[in-house]
Amino acid sequence: MSIAETATDAGNMHNPSSADGTGGSGGSGLGRRSFLGYVVGGTTLVAAAEFAATPRADAVIPSAPQIPELYDLEDLQTDAALPTSALISVTINKDGTASFAIPRAEVGQGITTSTAMILADELDLPVSKVKVTLAPARPELLLNQLTGGSNTTVSTYTPIRVAAAIARNALLDAAAIELGYAVARLRTYEGLIEAPDGTTISYGDLADKAASPQTKKVEVVLKEAKDRKVVGRPHNRDDALAAVTGQKNFSMDLDVKGALPTMVCRPPTLNGSPRRLKNRKKIKRMPGVKDVVKVNTGIAVRARTFGQCIDAIREMDVVWNKGSVEGESDHTILAGLKRAEIPMIVPNVPILADQIDADFAFAFRSSAALEPNCAIADVREDSAEIWAGLKVPILAQQNIAQAVGLRQDQVKVNVITSGGSFGHKLFSDAAIEAAKISKKMKKPVRLMWHRADEPRQGRLHPMVTSRVRATMLGNEVLSFEQRNTSVVTDFSHGLGEIITSTLDEAPTSVGKALGGLAFSETIFTLTQELPYNFGAVTQLLSETDGRFNTGSMRNIYSPDTAVASELVIDMMAKKMKMDPLEFRLKFIKDERTRACLEKVAEEGNWGRKMPAHRAQGIAVHKEYKGSTAVLVEIDTRPSTVNRKIRNAVTGPRVTKVVMAVDAGLVINPRGLEAQMQGGFMDGLALTLTSSCHLRNGKFLEASWDNYFYTRQWNVPRKIDVHIMDPGVDQPGGAGEAGVPASAAAVACAYARAVGKVPTAFPINHGEISFKPKTFVPPVPKSPTNGLKFTY
Amino acid sequence: MPKQTFILNGKPVTVNVNDDVRVLWVLRDLLGVTGPKYGCGINVCKACTSHINGKAFNPCSVKVGDLKKKDRVTTIEGLPDTVGKKLHPMQQAWIDRDVPQCGYCQPGQIMAAVATVKKVRREGRQLRESDLDEIRNICRCGTYARIREAVEEGARNMR
Repeated sequence: MSIAETATDAGNMHNPSSADGTGGSGGSGLGRRSFLGYVVGGTTLVAAAEFAATPRADAVIPSAPQIPELYDLEDLQTDAALPTSALISVTINKDGTASFAIPRAEVGQGITTSTAMILADELDLPVSKVKVTLAPARPELLLNQLTGGSNTTVSTYTPIRVAAAIARNALLDAAAIELGYAVARLRTYEGLIEAPDGTTISYGDLADKAASPQTKKVEVVLKEAKDRKVVGRPHNRDDALAAVTGQKNFSMDLDVKGALPTMVCRPPTLNGSPRRLKNRKKIKRMPGVKDVVKVNTGIAVRARTFGQCIDAIREMDVVWNKGSVEGESDHTILAGLKRAEIPMIVPNVPILADQIDADFAFAFRSSAALEPNCAIADVREDSAEIWAGLKVPILAQQNIAQAVGLRQDQVKVNVITSGGSFGHKLFSDAAIEAAKISKKMKKPVRLMWHRADEPRQGRLHPMVTSRVRATMLGNEVLSFEQRNTSVVTDFSHGLGEIITSTLDEAPTSVGKALGGLAFSETIFTLTQELPYNFGAVTQLLSETDGRFNTGSMRNIYSPDTAVASELVIDMMAKKMKMDPLEFRLKFIKDERTRACLEKVAEEGNWGRKMPAHRAQGIAVHKEYKGSTAVLVEIDTRPSTVNRKIRNAVTGPRVTKVVMAVDAGLVINPRGLEAQMQGGFMDGLALTLTSSCHLRNGKFLEASWDNYFYTRQWNVPRKIDVHIMDPGVDQPGGAGEAGVPASAAAVACAYARAVGKVPTAFPINHGEISFKPKTFVPPVPKSPTNGLKFTY
Repeated sequence: MPKQTFILNGKPVTVNVNDDVRVLWVLRDLLGVTGPKYGCGINVCKACTSHINGKAFNPCSVKVGDLKKKDRVTTIEGLPDTVGKKLHPMQQAWIDRDVPQCGYCQPGQIMAAVATVKKVRREGRQLRESDLDEIRNICRCGTYARIREAVEEGARNMR
């Protein structure tokens, strides 16, 4: 940044003639409008942000828009965040660093890094000097402490910049007095403020001088896009060094005094409950065992090591009550979904029209991360402290308080960086369970779920059917209807409360359209958008069967919906004798999605001749204020499908992937690329390999040798991610954006390679390619032959 | 209670614990060495991958009683010392490629990568794509593409 520009900036800040709140121009949605915030009273500089609603461009779309084009889940979450974001604050420390506790959870998606980048840019401080930590549960934030829906950057981007800008202004004001020059003549860089005579003073030296004894309201304008030096440039993660040296601490790595390893012996059938432990005395005498108590979910054991907990669980003789789905299996649940399916609107084919009817089924899938459900809890008579990876810590705090009979303010909830989430950490199951056990044992506990507990008793993505009916006349599409019917998705993690309290504020037409829908139907309607001009488009969800433990899994409804719709789009293209790309380009609705599609087609050499049993597939998805397109090549030759790797599901191999992502304003392209690559691996697993099988009231899967998430032998050897620049100032979501088009492109490629459209996903769900592990005991024995497999 | 003695990250350690407790829990629960992670406990996910006498092994599936006094166990915490540097070239490659997302599996991934490179060198050959295909460590964030790049870069810089 040149001196002149800085001077102009500073001048503007103190003479906000452009601060009329009407917004700027030239492609920047925020422009030079001003924002309000506070310098918070205290002994060091603390700046806090309050901000006016981010202007939302009114959609101008010729055909009838679907709801998400006007107002989507991102808007809803962002609006929910508005009233309380004023409490977001940045502190300038005497060592010259800035610190910020983000009221969100870092689960691997990279928000501490991207947030540090945003702050660094606005503060003119090196990224390494910005310390972003995770805020504990802050009940005063009400609805504004939920990490989900790929919404973190969408909702926090503006308020954290405002806080940073206020801090920088306060530093400039203090420096003006110290250096004896007007603010307009000072420049800031790398954490220093420089006067025209070359004298400098550091932010650290100004931290207390810039502090205000009283809280005062101030006004700022934010930096312009052209002045950004950090945002938009690739940056490595702030925690990479800690991660690769084993120093990154997850919940189970924390040193909490007396919090000994604790596990739970769980029932053989889903949601069973314990009646009685018959051999308590024997268990209590086992090596290392300290405490044994009964809780609603099973028999808890606390021991010197987790290994001794596993041994104790395997010896327990427990009488169990029945579970919630006794006797049920995949096919009975599927039959229930079929009965609950709602009809299409277009009943009969007009005489001259063509119609495609397709029906797809998607199995239960596990959203479990590699770090299992876990939490440390120390519950005392009049207080409790919890350490866990929690995406909705305020609700966890409420639930824990209720579970152990304390007031909410007596429960301290620390949010710890998680070993993955994928939707799993939206719920505080392990934290609540740990608190109950700690209360009963009257001791601190370090609770860990066994891997086997995750698919068998943990939360799953529900089973879903998706039916599509498309009607075509000549070269036009008259209608496209999609009906998803799903086992109930549990939204009791707080998004429901957000919807209830925010919908009143949504644009009137949106509120009217959504009024009366259930939470899940509302979320479905807020997230699903078919980016094609297909005449009368309707996409609806109906739910049935609330007996399962479910939750949102990386992308909620979209991967299944996209697989079904994009497969049907290929079928429609075939019927019209058009190439799949040509067909999509003809009907695509918006230019940003089109640009992504054209990019992957070009970079991926769409349409090149493929040998037998190999094919390309292409698909798009629009969500999270952006779009993605994916092109894949798949190999389904028998020699590939049947390749042998010990204890592995091999199957078809995707050999090449080209992705294009338009995520709006990109904060960290390197992080976005990582999220897209990871999203692809999820999409690949959803279509080809990963599912849970329900048999007679039990899920069969118990570990990673049963639940086939993508492994190196499934990974494409070439994966290119192209990041589009739509020239907007609105960041989009990244964490989930890569999954749907990936899952769909793989499905489309597979269908073309084998010459048949699959109707059940993942494609290998029909066969069980493993021997189920025991249900009693509920956890497998730890092997002892590890030294045979050294390499 | 029996005394268990072995060499951990270059230093002899002694722990009082029964023979049948698996090494992973001795490391994590008794010695506070938390680099090796739990992900399955049955030698499937490989998140606990460490080295014994320079070769990869999974401490979740080895009884501490099966370790001999002279056995050298190296966890991610002790990897840099094996090359006498602040970081092993494989760790540096992981940083250069910005591999970790949540980071939970990465200590195990790096230990597996180092062992894989050493193994192909013992076999007197170059690293192949098929060697990368056979790395069993799960990454639920799906960082596999960058892992492959980093293993190749790390291999180039390993002596």
